[in-house]
Amino acid sequence: MAKGDLISGSIWDEYSEQVIRRMDAPTHQGEITEEEAATLGAKLIVADFGAESCGDAVRLYWAVNEETNEIISSKFKSFGCGTAIASSDVMAELCVGKKVEEAVKITNIDVEFALRDNPDTPAVPPQKMHCSVMAYDVIKKAAATYMNVDMESFETEVIVCECARVTLQTIQDVIRINDLKTVEQITDYTKAGAFCKSCIRPGGHEEKDIYLVDILADTRAEMEEERMKNAADAEENDTLTFDKMTIIQRLKHVEAVLDADVRPMLIMDGGNMEIIDIKENIPHYDIYIRYLGACSGCASGSTGTLYGIESILQQKIDENIRVLPI
Amino acid sequence: MEVYLDNNATTMVDPDVYKAMEPFFCEKYGNPNSLHRFGAGTHPKMVEALNHLYDGINAADEDDIVITANATESNNWVIKGVWTDKILNGDKNHIITSEVEHPSITAVCKFLEDQGVSVTYLPVNDEGTIDAKSVEDAIREDTALVSIMWANNETGKLFPIAEIGRICKAHDVLFHSDATQAIGKVIVDVQEVFLDFMSFSAHKFHGPKGVGGLFIKADVELTPLLHGGEQMGGRRAGTVDVASMVGMGLAMQHATNHMAIAYENTHVRKLRDKLENAILELPDTIVIGGKENRTPNTTLISIRGVEGESMLWDLNQKGIGASTGSACASEDLEANPVMSAFGSDSELAHTGVRFSLSRFNTKEQIDYSIEVIVNAVKRLRAISSSYAYTPKDHDSQL
Repeated sequence: MAKGDLISGSIWDEYSEQVIRRMDAPTHQGEITEEEAATLGAKLIVADFGAESCGDAVRLYWAVNEETNEIISSKFKSFGCGTAIASSDVMAELCVGKKVEEAVKITNIDVEFALRDNPDTPAVPPQKMHCSVMAYDVIKKAAATYMNVDMESFETEVIVCECARVTLQTIQDVIRINDLKTVEQITDYTKAGAFCKSCIRPGGHEEKDIYLVDILADTRAEMEEERMKNAADAEENDTLTFDKMTIIQRLKHVEAVLDADVRPMLIMDGGNMEIIDIKENIPHYDIYIRYLGACSGCASGSTGTLYGIESILQQKIDENIRVLPI
Repeated sequence: MEVYLDNNATTMVDPDVYKAMEPFFCEKYGNPNSLHRFGAGTHPKMVEALNHLYDGINAADEDDIVITANATESNNWVIKGVWTDKILNGDKNHIITSEVEHPSITAVCKFLEDQGVSVTYLPVNDEGTIDAKSVEDAIREDTALVSIMWANNETGKLFPIAEIGRICKAHDVLFHSDATQAIGKVIVDVQEVFLDFMSFSAHKFHGPKGVGGLFIKADVELTPLLHGGEQMGGRRAGTVDVASMVGMGLAMQHATNHMAIAYENTHVRKLRDKLENAILELPDTIVIGGKENRTPNTTLISIRGVEGESMLWDLNQKGIGASTGSACASEDLEANPVMSAFGSDSELAHTGVRFSLSRFNTKEQIDYSIEVIVNAVKRLRAISSSYAYTPKDHDSQL
């Protein structure tokens, strides 16, 4: 939240002239009949994507030259909002003259870019960005129909945010490399989730297979698991430093040093000590202890004995350790 | 031509109302609570405004009508106040409301659910209204409050407030109605029905934005939402916006005068019916929730094959403002609960367009709108992938 979020923008001011022109008078709206395709010496392909009950449906017609795979003619019909209709129109236009295998490479980003009046200004307001996604999906459907393959075969990567076309791999990588902890950070780094926001968490505009919150949680969990595993491996190999240890490892390590080098002396005097807590207090590690038996109440517990314990732990474990009796 | 047909969202301020408010900005700007002539100078018109409000809903002098910032505040106040008085302090723990209330009811109820309160959301029936019987069935030993709107914003459907009031009275449960969409459209008489609280908002009946009211029945307690000064008899703290209060009072008087004459035959009703009938002449169009028992200014029409927002686009390009319950720009694509209530045909959920008129619309405007709407339907159906526009190629409706 910030100043810019307080008053919702008027979406009417944020459409490009192209979007308005194409919605008001689409140039590639309509259908191609079997006869028309035959006249062109082409094969007719009809592909549907979406459903009216979801609020968005588009049908794409192609006349394809079967020798060259070239799309000779391309038309659309759409049940959708202005942006959906304008996107479908430019999408149909982009297909004309392309070979089917080239058309498949058209993305919703290309469609949106083609609708811009100038390269630096988005053609539609952020919340309408996803309306161009369907235009892209239906191309793959048409191509799959023509090539008689499964639509999924065109998907080489898992796209999490369709508006900005950000892949699962990219998101996982930025989380790891930059040690990201919030979804907002992911959006800042990748633009995923910046537009229609459906991919952030369940309950948004569209239902998704995978959400940023889950990717973040899973990746963080994996990172934590790896950290633990590395810590355990390092301990086994005896190369682990105190700062890399888990809290349990730190405790065990401190206990071991105390058992070997501190407690025998205390016990000889009829006393002992226990660890209450180990707190990370950057750059220090504060080890809270309690004296037991004869040590409790002994004047040396806050002077000589304490310094002794502290210096042993600093030498044997980490020079940043402080010992605090309570 | 510009035609505003979105009066359930907000209305134009009645020019008389605007004129009545003007002196309270630069001339009579005193604080009504001040002990000098500047403050006292505001009192006569405030009293007059209060009289208009009491008369407009036929409240008794013993009842309270508290000036609030809007119906959202009034709704929040009732629910959170009853929560404080009956749930946090007592043995009640249940609220009954409907699925189709304004977010200022449902979001507050969701918030209370997070605090451990049990809430029943009643669905609407096939006709888009609430069965009074379903309210009675939902009442439990620990029910503290029933909150059901007087009229629905999308369909204009009137809910059986009198019957629900009787049921609540019989079960000794507090009853609140959000009458925001009813005031100025149908007769709202708080002595004809049993209710404890009723919310309303000035800008829905040609008053200014930023002011509303809460009717509280005589002797009903309600812990304040806004604590502070002793304004409004201690019910609501905060310096009263005198201009807005005066505006709301006059707006109430005008709205109820215009409507009380026999609202079935009002100007707005005739225009709405003219518009609606013209659209219904197009094939595959229906009035959602049916024509019975509605506010006389509203029609929610499904136009098969035409996505609601694309319709708004065409209307806007021709200077007409209407609304759709299913704008795909909204964050949540779930069609609104009123549309979903007609669930068997989920395709209709995205084809609804709401036209809501006011007494300021003219016959010329409606004639123009009809022409624009008919052309838009033809154009958008020709583009539509889901409407058979050429019978030659499509025997079925795809």
